[in-house]
Amino acid sequence: MLDIKNLHAGVDGKEILKGLNLSIKPGEMHAIMGRNGSGKSTLANVITGREDYTVSKGDILFAGDSILDWSPEARSLAGIFMSFQYPVVIPGVNNTYFLKAALNAKRKHAGKKGLDAAGFLKLIKEKLIEVSMDPKYLQRAVNDGFSGGEKKRNEILQMLTLEPTLAILDETDSGLDIDALKIVADGVNRYRNADRSFLVITHYQRLLKYIEPDFVHVLIDGQIVKSGGKELALELEEKGYNWLES
Amino acid sequence: MSNEQQVIDESLKKDYAYGFVTDIESETLPPGLNDDVIRTISAIKEEPEWLLEWRLKAYRHWLKMEEPKWAKVVYPEIDYQAISYFSAPKKKELASLDEVDPELLATYTKLGIPLEEQKMLSGVAVDAVFDSVSVATTFKEELKKAGVIFGSFSEAVKNYPELIKKYLGSVVPYTDNYYAALNSAVFTDGSFVYIPKGVKCPMELSTYFRINEANTGQFERTLIIAEEGSHVSYLEGCTAPQRDENQLHAAVVELVAHKDATIKYSTVQNWYPGHPETGAGGIYNFVTKRGICLEENSHISWTQVETGSAVTWKYPSCILKGDNSVGEFYSVAVTNNHQQADTGTKMIHLGKNTKSTIISKGISAGQGQQTYRGEVKIMKGAENARNFSQCDSILIGEKCGAHTFPYIDVRNPTAQMEHEATTSNIGEDQLFYCNQRGISSEDAVSMIVNGFCKDVFKELPMEFAVEATKLMEVSLEGSIG
Repeated sequence: MLDIKNLHAGVDGKEILKGLNLSIKPGEMHAIMGRNGSGKSTLANVITGREDYTVSKGDILFAGDSILDWSPEARSLAGIFMSFQYPVVIPGVNNTYFLKAALNAKRKHAGKKGLDAAGFLKLIKEKLIEVSMDPKYLQRAVNDGFSGGEKKRNEILQMLTLEPTLAILDETDSGLDIDALKIVADGVNRYRNADRSFLVITHYQRLLKYIEPDFVHVLIDGQIVKSGGKELALELEEKGYNWLES
Repeated sequence: MSNEQQVIDESLKKDYAYGFVTDIESETLPPGLNDDVIRTISAIKEEPEWLLEWRLKAYRHWLKMEEPKWAKVVYPEIDYQAISYFSAPKKKELASLDEVDPELLATYTKLGIPLEEQKMLSGVAVDAVFDSVSVATTFKEELKKAGVIFGSFSEAVKNYPELIKKYLGSVVPYTDNYYAALNSAVFTDGSFVYIPKGVKCPMELSTYFRINEANTGQFERTLIIAEEGSHVSYLEGCTAPQRDENQLHAAVVELVAHKDATIKYSTVQNWYPGHPETGAGGIYNFVTKRGICLEENSHISWTQVETGSAVTWKYPSCILKGDNSVGEFYSVAVTNNHQQADTGTKMIHLGKNTKSTIISKGISAGQGQQTYRGEVKIMKGAENARNFSQCDSILIGEKCGAHTFPYIDVRNPTAQMEHEATTSNIGEDQLFYCNQRGISSEDAVSMIVNGFCKDVFKELPMEFAVEATKLMEVSLEGSIG
């Protein structure tokens, strides 16, 4: 699904990822843990193709193709989704319109016909229930005036609607109270299947209690220094990161 | 180069889609302005003596005036003696569309506004003003049945001199400002609308102004009178051919609403904004638009979508004289490339319980500079007056600018004033967020801009809302997919 080979990347001429290797197979849930500044969010931004980030060495393969030259929207249309750490507010654009535009862009890319308003509404109402969101959010502007928890639920709603094959959850647990955390985790867990992969980026073990990863990787200074099973997350919770630093 | 920058740069490369010149023989006065020119215009129009005198008084007043310099716009000095003050297609006084020069009709077709189709499909009566002279008026019969007078200003001078004499200059006197004085001296034609007492105009009235003659200033004069209890919606839309020389446009629009009457005036303006890279050749649009709510419960609403012109100086205003009268101003203005706009409104509250609403949405891209300038004045006798103002600006790119100058003058303590203003930009964050959801940058900008303008677009008549979006696309093409 996703193969990252010896990735060197950075922003503003500063190298942040220094030879990162990661392979995610279909159906797998991987967690990347690390301190602030270790390069976690840079990794998410580089995979999704954010403009300011440059790759100086290495490669990223998605379903066998190198995606380094692909635009962010091409990567999205191919099936890569990111739940943003800080979902962006778009004043004046209502959530329904935004989601419909995104879904129809994807459907068109797949050679399908775009959904009309009625068809879309039917679909979205089912998805709303999964993340316990009130339909009134559809009429609000994208993330405008949403609480932290509402924003993150809205991200998961978008994921469920767009049905990506690789979902990157960037600090999805930050700013969530325990109820919202459970809702988000339930949404993710229900979405898991043999074809879909996840890359969960997090500071803490908190989210991983509810979303059980198959693999946990520790990122320090732009490299994965240790990989293991879900028990590694508990170990980190107990010991911190110091013992892994050389 | 950032994604956003790319989008903007692409928009800079687009040519003005409506830039073409129609080849129709014109009758044009040589450049220059003096008493004789004004006498000639008046003679060509076969005007009564009083009107000629009025023009001459305006001209003499204009000579004593200074061109206003307070607006936040920069343009080369205008040589008023280098402008030709009259140009008319040779064929005039046509009874039906069949007699209209086929070239002219083809021009409208190119613009996507064929008269015939409009006539049949939309039920909009079209008074086609083409280089100062009305050449075709449709739907006249139907309007006549309702008692509505809708036609060229020149015709009205001949047929309804008493109405013209009573109302001309009653809202915008020739002493009002430099451009209004100039217009009063040399105006060539325009539209006249009269809605009799109790009549709801059976259709939306529409005029397409089009500047087509090189170096010919356009000096339109529009007068709309709504008698007691009447209702009218007037639509004005413009596109102009590409030009190398600057073209001056100084129109005057006067609206008079009597007791319980409503006038809704909508404009979509897409004049040539100048060369995308140099700004050369664009239209100067120095317009005076003002309406008076003369008696109680009258209502005047201005809606404008300004996407064109190189330099815009325009403040559609309302004088709320009648008690309980309502004034509204809804505006979307786009300045792209080298366009500059200084636009806004004035709401003058005189009567009791008068209410005004101002919604202004400015979009700046490229090196566009835009200023909102608005004045809300609550006079002493205006008990319980209310105003709500909202001025929002959106910036696309880093070289453009948005400026807001709200003036508030309250002389009655019972007034309630609300003012909100925001400036935001279409940030890389927003574009990336959309891109990450599979939406292209062009579609994202279009979506964001349309969302931004929604509050104004919903005020436009249905058929015009479509055209507004289309014209917006032309001026922001590349950044508004």
